[in-house]
Amino acid sequence: MAASFSWIRPEPHGIHIVPADCWVDPSRAVDKALVTHGHADHARGGHDQTVATPETLAIMKLRYATSAGATPVAYGETIRLPGGVDATYVPAGHVLGSAQILLEHAGERVVVTGDYKRRADPTCAPFEVTKCDIFITEATFGLPLFTHPPIEEEMAKLLERLAAHPDRCVLVGAYALGKAQRVIAELRRAGHRDPIYLHGAMEKMCRLYEEHGVDLGELRLVADYSKDDMRGAVVVCPPSALNDRWSRRLPDPITAMASGWMRVRQRARQRNVELPLVISDHADWGELTRTIEEVAAQENWITHGREDALLRWCQLHQRRARALALAGYEDEDD
Amino acid sequence: MEEFAALVDALVYTRSRNEKLRLIAEYLRATPDPDRGWALAALSDGLDFPAVKSSTIRNLMQERVDPVLWTLSRDFVGDTAETASLLWPAPADPPSPPSVSETVELLSAMTRKSVVTELPRLLDRLDASGRYALLKLATGGMRIGVSSRLAKTAFAQAFDVSVDEVEEYWHGLQPPYAELFDWAAHGKPPPDTENLPTFRPFMLAHPLEDTVVDLADYAAEWKWDGIRVQLVRAGGETRLYSRSGDDISATFPELLDVLPFNAVLDGELLVRGSVQGGEEGGAASFNALQQRLGRKTVSKKMLTEYPAFVRLYDALIVEGDDLRERAWTARRSRLEALMARLPDSHFDISSVVEARDFEHLAQIREGSRDDAIEGLMLKRKDSPYIAGRRVGYWYKWKRDPLLVDCVLMYAQRGSGKRSSFYSDYTFGCWDGDPDQGADLLPVGKAYSGFTDEELKKLDRHVRQNTVNRFGPVRETDRSLVFEVAFDSVHESRRHKSGLAMRFPRIRRIRWDKPPHEADRIEALRLLIRD
Repeated sequence: MAASFSWIRPEPHGIHIVPADCWVDPSRAVDKALVTHGHADHARGGHDQTVATPETLAIMKLRYATSAGATPVAYGETIRLPGGVDATYVPAGHVLGSAQILLEHAGERVVVTGDYKRRADPTCAPFEVTKCDIFITEATFGLPLFTHPPIEEEMAKLLERLAAHPDRCVLVGAYALGKAQRVIAELRRAGHRDPIYLHGAMEKMCRLYEEHGVDLGELRLVADYSKDDMRGAVVVCPPSALNDRWSRRLPDPITAMASGWMRVRQRARQRNVELPLVISDHADWGELTRTIEEVAAQENWITHGREDALLRWCQLHQRRARALALAGYEDEDD
Repeated sequence: MEEFAALVDALVYTRSRNEKLRLIAEYLRATPDPDRGWALAALSDGLDFPAVKSSTIRNLMQERVDPVLWTLSRDFVGDTAETASLLWPAPADPPSPPSVSETVELLSAMTRKSVVTELPRLLDRLDASGRYALLKLATGGMRIGVSSRLAKTAFAQAFDVSVDEVEEYWHGLQPPYAELFDWAAHGKPPPDTENLPTFRPFMLAHPLEDTVVDLADYAAEWKWDGIRVQLVRAGGETRLYSRSGDDISATFPELLDVLPFNAVLDGELLVRGSVQGGEEGGAASFNALQQRLGRKTVSKKMLTEYPAFVRLYDALIVEGDDLRERAWTARRSRLEALMARLPDSHFDISSVVEARDFEHLAQIREGSRDDAIEGLMLKRKDSPYIAGRRVGYWYKWKRDPLLVDCVLMYAQRGSGKRSSFYSDYTFGCWDGDPDQGADLLPVGKAYSGFTDEELKKLDRHVRQNTVNRFGPVRETDRSLVFEVAFDSVHESRRHKSGLAMRFPRIRRIRWDKPPHEADRIEALRLLIRD
């Protein structure tokens, strides 16, 4: 069976579309790259040609200050690659601009998910189930213990803590692309109208989201305000700044982190987090397994994360699966 | 149970010691008896429910979750109780949490047979946080960054009493410590401990490091390589306690009828042999003592082959006379005078090391090649006997460790704070010339000596250089050298190399050193001294 799919090959540094000589999310510079989304472990700079959604290209331009050889593809649009391969970009629900890539060749359909989630997210288009023959899925939270709670519960925890300490601030560590904007948008949805303060590293990405029509309410830069201004406020920073000297300028911050890993107590402790917020932009165990069932592929290829457990699940449910040893994907601070 | 679970969660996520004290104290004030007593027991010494073990939980889970998925999850989380609390199937009914007392009652009533049905029933009454708190409480040892001492300090803070007094009464009492709460919270007279053979907390030493002391003010003693014990006789009974206050009387029955008067004595437990302090009728190495440790029953053969005795350091109480507030010199003379009344067969006294000055003492320490001497103790001559570690009174001045360069061979994930990091390392030395094809043989295992930053790098190294996986263990490509520090090395049949190290720890990570330049087994063998 797999032999008939010889046109698509997993290699250590990416997925190779052989007849087109293109790569999906390659971890090193190539001639032509199809990129699923803007996170650094998927979108590297330096490719001669990059095919991605306009939003992802804008994010890459912001990060790598280059847009040479960029080919935008809108959601639902199909482009023809050399060698008779069609590529269609389908929303993945992960971050702004994130896409699954449907590849079709000689009547065979392959979907590469990149990273994805199934939960509603006010900052990006929702995941669409796409039937296929080979489903190449992520498995970041591929262990049955990962069940992301409803985001409303996590927001309530945050706002409750904020209200209980009007003299302090809640400092939320959140991945700069995607998570930060989602947390802000969800705070707005929960009725929080106060200005939200940003670490300088967050500013440009938030502006980019706003330019793409995501309303984030009033945002202020920490650097422009005094300690007293920020009492009782939410401050958002990259996870790396949580325990950094930078946070000394804040009014006695309560350290929070928005990440799927916060489900495990010791993970929160390792990061000195006092208020863990279990918020992830990846599919949890239930979403991963449900999606495998819904796309009903003949074969599932598991790219990165807890691939052992998802493989086992496939085995228990009589679904063909294999783990791909791709280099360079990391457990991001999600 | 909800309040207790909330306390446990808050403690898990709190870094500040003061904040932890405040949280526990607040809970102890707000919670009724006897719930708070049970909670205090859980947070300090832990509770013991013989029917509920880690393996019980594992078995329950494996009936509900695929065993492979369970193992992978447990391996990732690094904690059985937490993994189970997360993976427990959500019950159909809404939670109806029991009180802490009811929980303790139910857990105590469980047998190895009934636990299989009763524990799930209890788990079904709780949410994920409650399940975590329950399983932690049920299996003893919360491991949430709260020491027994911290819990007692919080108790003292809650009711504005002295923590030293709390320590004093503590060991004569049983959970839920009704008498302790009666005294501290309800103003009743303190518990009577004078006629009970209870444990008195040890006085401990700080590492000397760069401090230099004046020998006019400090006395020096050898630091013997056994285990620190307290021998207590009161109310017609003798008991032996370990450093942590565990009653180890049953393991050393020969010491229970040799103390002819009421006393609380502090000393080093050793077994007879010819290594340690030969001139005073010596003791065997720690290796020999190890044969006797941790046994619930002792055979005649053990008693004859490894007879135990106590080398005395200090006298806390003698015949009703509490010496703890007196100076070390006064306690020492009292102890010396006592020796005539104690049988030589089971007691000797740790001699004072005489030196002209600090520099001379340093020479003596350097020159002590006796493998079973760990170093020196320096005790301020006017120091009272105070529970715990107090700066400036007692110092330990350990011998410089032995060093050897080893190659990382296997790594395993840690637990607790290090869960999901590869933090336990097995390393080896070359069994010959590596350039002639000699192989590495494992010589030890270490999981300390590196910073959190270094741990992250090591974890990455392991993940990126894995050549084989055996369950939770990864075999690496043998490309990284550790400088390993250890206190001594012994013959051992447990390892293929025939050697076992004592207290191995990573001293330096030699990212720069090529593995073939690491040490050979024969170099390590030369360091054996018993």
